[in-house]
Amino acid sequence: MNRYTAPLLLLLGLFSAGVANAQPLLMVRAQQSFPETMLALQGVISDHGYRVSRVQRVDVGLTASGYATDKYRIVFYGKPEQVRSLTAKYSQLIPYLPQKITIFAEEEETLVTTVDPAFFRKLVADPEAHVIFKQWRSDVESMLDELSEAE
Amino acid sequence: MKRLLALLFALLIAGPVFAAPDGGALYGRHCAACHGQDGHGGVGVPLALPDFLTNVSDTYLSRTIRHGRPGRVMPAFENLSDVQLRAIISHIRTWMPEGSMTPVHDTTPVIGDAKRGKALFAEHCAECHGANGEGGSGTGVTFSRPRDLPVIAPALHNAAFLHAATDQMIRTTLLQGRDGTPMESFLKQGLSEQDINDVVAYVRSFEEDPLPSGQHEGEEPYLSVESFSSFDETVANLKQAALGRNFRIIREQNLENGLFAEEEENARQRIVYFCNFKLINEAMKLDPRAGIFMPCRITVVEMADGTVKLMSINPKFMSQFFNNNALDEPCTELYGLYVGIMEEASL
Ligand code: HEC
Ligand code: HEC
Repeated sequence: MNRYTAPLLLLLGLFSAGVANAQPLLMVRAQQSFPETMLALQGVISDHGYRVSRVQRVDVGLTASGYATDKYRIVFYGKPEQVRSLTAKYSQLIPYLPQKITIFAEEEETLVTTVDPAFFRKLVADPEAHVIFKQWRSDVESMLDELSEAE
Repeated sequence: MKRLLALLFALLIAGPVFAAPDGGALYGRHCAACHGQDGHGGVGVPLALPDFLTNVSDTYLSRTIRHGRPGRVMPAFENLSDVQLRAIISHIRTWMPEGSMTPVHDTTPVIGDAKRGKALFAEHCAECHGANGEGGSGTGVTFSRPRDLPVIAPALHNAAFLHAATDQMIRTTLLQGRDGTPMESFLKQGLSEQDINDVVAYVRSFEEDPLPSGQHEGEEPYLSVESFSSFDETVANLKQAALGRNFRIIREQNLENGLFAEEEENARQRIVYFCNFKLINEAMKLDPRAGIFMPCRITVVEMADGTVKLMSINPKFMSQFFNNNALDEPCTELYGLYVGIMEEASL
């Protein structure tokens, strides 16, 4: 360690401080109504190279069973080859894949929430997989940012 | 090396890190999802309330943001820098009524009879704030489903609330109420100032008797049971076992369905989705984010060596993500159902 190392580390520490705000659930508010946000969500998912595999309409089931609720859906998505190879290699990921995002209406606005993919590190210790989870996290963050910034 | 250091310093001074952070943007990123872009509430209580903002000090706000409200959804923002925290508070202060002043953090204790306060609390407060001050059931303001009260009463028997709130702040809340919420002035409702002091003393006494957290710790993230039957039999047993526990099978598919062309899907990872809409409805009343658990799902997998396994998420593990005590019990129930179904299906 030369005499510059400490201040350099300190500076780098300052740079990254506050960036990572460790909350296990990520959630954003989109100022747009549910149908627009739903479309936008499917758009940002595919823009980031993922495929939407299915949409579960929880509200439809609830309403059909006599419970009052506003729009509430779950969007499943993934990168096909990644889902295949990760579930083959680390079976403990199976219950959690494909990934999903929950989206629901709040009056004229929409909330979008998901588990922070950083959580997957608790399931798999292999650093090779951590690279993928890190990419997922940054993709999810940027997808949510785009939704919350849409006017 | 010196040049590199100088460059880094220059970046720091010029760059966004030391430029005064944008409180509105930080609020939008960290708080608006729950409290609303304009502070009118959502999953969280409203913040843009004159009676609230003119009663709480910056110390109250910063302690609330830093420590959250354990077990009551409001997260602890431990990683925000002090500068960021101040910027968020300044942003919240822009909602103050015109001409009003930020209150000082007045720590003058309120002297009252906690024993009398306890009886008054049971009579006047418990219906909204809970018998033990644990807070109303549900969160903040929810627009997505009908409910009795527009704003759910916060937890008072909560270490972080009691650490943030002074006796004077609690007293003023009782004297004034909070216009625009179900919390009304108790002076107007006929309590005397002495009664109010007694209630404050009782609320303060919660500190000596913290509520158990009930949070599940040390849980495994997923559940896995080895089946003694073939793959196909296990799938059939699984559906039978779920039906037997009042679930409705809503869908059966390969895990890869929708990701690959149908004929390319791996048919040895089979998902059974099932629902009990009564359970879902109840969970979503307690926390609108509960859809994260939905729909219920167990996957049957045939491993490379031919063993067949039933796998699912562990609801008790996932309940930790929500910081919501109200979910602990339903998650324990769901855990029991998952384990029961998987064990039955494995035979
Ligand atoms: C009709 C329901 C109702 C009753 C009865 C009621 N409250 Fe409240 N109370 C609320 C609600 C709702 C809020 C949140 C208001 C808001 O959004 O700021 C609240 C807020 C408060 C707060 C501020 C908490 C915080 O986190 O800022 C205190 C303290 C409080 N109440 C104490 C009491 C006490 C003590 C009593 C009994 C004398 C009482 N309340 C009776 C509904 C009620
Ligand atoms: C995941 C949802 C969520 C997020 C994100 C969130 N809050 Fe909260 N907040 C809540 C809930 C719910 C409560 C009420 C707790 C209770 O019912 O006991 C609350 C309470 C509060 C209170 C106390 C209000 C009162 O009446 O005393 C303040 C202040 C507050 N939040 C500020 C913030 C700020 C600032 C942020 C962003 C840095 C934030 N919250 C982020 C959900 C959230």
